[in-house]
Amino acid sequence: METIQFISTILMPALLEGLVITIELVLITAPIGFLLGILLAVERVYGSRPVVLLCKIVVGFIKGTPLLLMLFILYFGLPSIGIVLSGFSASVVGFVMCNGAYSSEYIRGAMGSVKEGQMIAAQALGMTRMQAVRLIILPQALRRAIPGLSNEFIYLIKYSSLAYMLTVIELTGAGKLVATKYFTYTETFIVVGMLYLVLVTITTIAVMLLERKLAVPGMTTAGRSALDIL
Amino acid sequence: MADEEYILRVENIHKSFGELEVLRGVTFDVKKGETICFIGPSGTGKSTLLRCINQLNKPDDGHVWLHGEEVTNSGNRINYFRQRIGMVFQNFFLFDHLTALKNVEIALIKVRGMDPKEAREKALYELRQVGMEKWAEHYPAELSGGQAQRVSIARALAMDPDVILFDEPTSALDPELTREVLEVMKLLAEQGMTMLVVTHEMGFACSVATRIMFMEHGIIQEQGSPDQMMSDQTFERCKNFIGKVTGYGTD
Repeated sequence: METIQFISTILMPALLEGLVITIELVLITAPIGFLLGILLAVERVYGSRPVVLLCKIVVGFIKGTPLLLMLFILYFGLPSIGIVLSGFSASVVGFVMCNGAYSSEYIRGAMGSVKEGQMIAAQALGMTRMQAVRLIILPQALRRAIPGLSNEFIYLIKYSSLAYMLTVIELTGAGKLVATKYFTYTETFIVVGMLYLVLVTITTIAVMLLERKLAVPGMTTAGRSALDIL
Repeated sequence: MADEEYILRVENIHKSFGELEVLRGVTFDVKKGETICFIGPSGTGKSTLLRCINQLNKPDDGHVWLHGEEVTNSGNRINYFRQRIGMVFQNFFLFDHLTALKNVEIALIKVRGMDPKEAREKALYELRQVGMEKWAEHYPAELSGGQAQRVSIARALAMDPDVILFDEPTSALDPELTREVLEVMKLLAEQGMTMLVVTHEMGFACSVATRIMFMEHGIIQEQGSPDQMMSDQTFERCKNFIGKVTGYGTD
C-alpha cells in the first residue's frame, strides 16, 4: 500500500516532469537529425568529390566517438572558446549529430537500392538532378529506410537519458533524484523503465502505421504484414 | 534543303566507352512527322545513339540540333531540350512509387510548372490516348509490361515533345503485349508524331517507318524507305540481317 502511495503521489509527478523533458529532447532532435541525415546521404551519393570526403569524415568522426564524450565537449569544452550552450541545447546538438550521422547511413543504403532507371527516366523528362533526387529518388529511398530510421528514433529515446550528465533533468535524471532522496532505487527505476517501454511501444506502433500508410504495391510489403501480426 | 524542314539534325556523332568505340560518326536528319526505325545487330550502338541525342550519354564528338538550336554543349538548357525530346525505354522506367496518373503528371507540374488541375486533365487525356485511363490509380507493379509501356508512352506524350525516342520499346514484352504497344505507336505515327524507334520488330518497321536505317559497327550502313530496303539490290547486308531475324532468309 505504502509503495503504491509513494509511486502515485511522489514518484509519478516527478517522473512526468522528466518525461516531458525527454519527449521535448526527442521531438526537437528527431526532425533536425532526419534532415541532417538526408543532407549527408544525398551529398555522399551525388556530391562533388571534396564534399563526399568531408561528409565521410564528419560521419566517421561522429560514429567513431562515444556520444557522452561529444556531449562533454559541447557542454564543458566549448565555453573555453567562447561558445556557451545550456545543458538542453548542448544535448540537442549532440543528439542531432549522432542521429543525423547514423540516419544518413540508412538513407544512403536505401538510395543505393533505387534502380538506376528511375534517375535516367527523371532526367529524360527534363528534371534537374536535384529535382530527380527530391521527387523520385528520396520518396522511394525513405520508404525503404523506415525500419532503419525507426530504430534510430528508438535509440534516440533511450540515449536521451545521457542529457542527465549535462544537468538536464529528463526522465532518468528525475528518477535518479527521487531514488536518491527516498532510497527507493528498485521501485523507481522499474517505473522509469516501464515509461521508456511505453514510449518505445508507442513509437513502434506509430512506425508500423506510417509504413502501412506509405506502402506502395510492389515496393514495400513489410508494413502491412508486420501490422497483421498485432 | 532549308534548315526549317528538319526538326532534328544529328551530325557526326562519335561515342566510345573506354576502348570500345560504339558510334563512329553517325549523321542523319529528321523531318517533322517522320518515323525512322533503327535496326541492326545488338551492340552496334543503336540505343547509345538515342541516348546521345538527348545527352543521357554525352557524345565524344558531333552535334545535335533541335529546330536549329544546338542540343549538344547546351549546359543547363539541356533540361529544356529534354522536355522537347521524349523518351521511352525498354524497361519502362516508370516511377515505382507513383500511380500511373502521377507518373504522367509529375513532370507537367514540377518541370513545366503547369497548374495541378490542368496537369491532371492533361495526364488523363494522354492515358486515354494509350487506352490506360481505367488504370490511372494503379501503381507500376500492378500493371502488365504492355500496360506499363503504354503508360510510359503517355508520360512522354504529355510533355508535347517535338520528337519521341523509343529505345527497344517492346523487347521486354511477349508477342501479345508487343502488339498492344506497337498498335499505340502506329497510331502515333499516323497522327504525325515524329518518332525515332530502335526496334527488332521488322513487321512494324516495314509497315510504319518512313525510313529504315540499318546500323552496324557504329555507323549507318544502309538507309532507305521500307520498299527500297526490301527490293533494292544495294541493301544486301540489311536484307541478310532481316532474313536472320524473321527466318525468311534465303541462306
